[in-house]
Amino acid sequence: MFGSLWSSFDTNLFDEFRRPKGDVDPVTGRTAWPAGIRALRRGTFPPVNVGSTPDQVDVYLFAPGLDPKGIDLSIQQNLLTISGGRRIGADADADYYRRERFEGDFRRVISLPDDVDPDRVEAKYRDGVLRISVKRREAARPRQIEVK
Amino acid sequence: MTDHQDFATRENVGTEARSQEDEVVLRPAVDIFEDADGITVQADLPGVSRDRLNIQADRNALLIEAEAAIDMPPGMEALYADVHSTRYARSFVLSGELDAGRIEANLKDGVLTLRIPKRLEFRPRRIEVSAG
Repeated sequence: MFGSLWSSFDTNLFDEFRRPKGDVDPVTGRTAWPAGIRALRRGTFPPVNVGSTPDQVDVYLFAPGLDPKGIDLSIQQNLLTISGGRRIGADADADYYRRERFEGDFRRVISLPDDVDPDRVEAKYRDGVLRISVKRREAARPRQIEVK
Repeated sequence: MTDHQDFATRENVGTEARSQEDEVVLRPAVDIFEDADGITVQADLPGVSRDRLNIQADRNALLIEAEAAIDMPPGMEALYADVHSTRYARSFVLSGELDAGRIEANLKDGVLTLRIPKRLEFRPRRIEVSAG
């Protein structure tokens, strides 16, 4: 089961990203993703992937260690807003060598394609990944036309 | 029909890309702290379940390797991606007073916590000063 999931992830989400589209980042040599007007600086917590199929749009937030009850999700037309916070709670008696993990509040606003249906949204939090699936409107899906 | 051909082409490209770019490995963010009894390592590994986690430790080194399993509908295309890989790896050099044989690991909501205890003889002892 994992094999097929991995391959679908690998051959779609990642290849799409690697496909040369002109703008190449001078530092990494990677194809630069055209920055959305609401996009945050790379490296901002939590990282986000957005994938699409003809039926739905899926948003993945890589946000480990959250309390699912503390995640605030809202959608207005095609604008999805996710906010929340992560509390790590430093050990006062310990000596820290590295503190790389994000602590604090976050908020991300993601514009989805125009044809998503804001009434049909599902969100699930598993193993530190928040997955939000938004169905597309029926009328917008490609339809087979029968020739009579 | 066109859809199917498109997908097949993409799959071929994918195989090539995988062999060339097999090295795309994510370096998880960590917190490391020490108290009197040992060292604690916490690592962010979103998408990783217990069976996709591999921790190796010997006297000298600690290696954390993991793979994220992400549920996705078939035929998904990326609209945007911050994360380009599902593989994580990070390693650290250990020092001799740590007892690599007694490491405890706990994984919850994509956060790995490793507790590496110090050998008993290296734990600080409180020395009582008796009044003379």
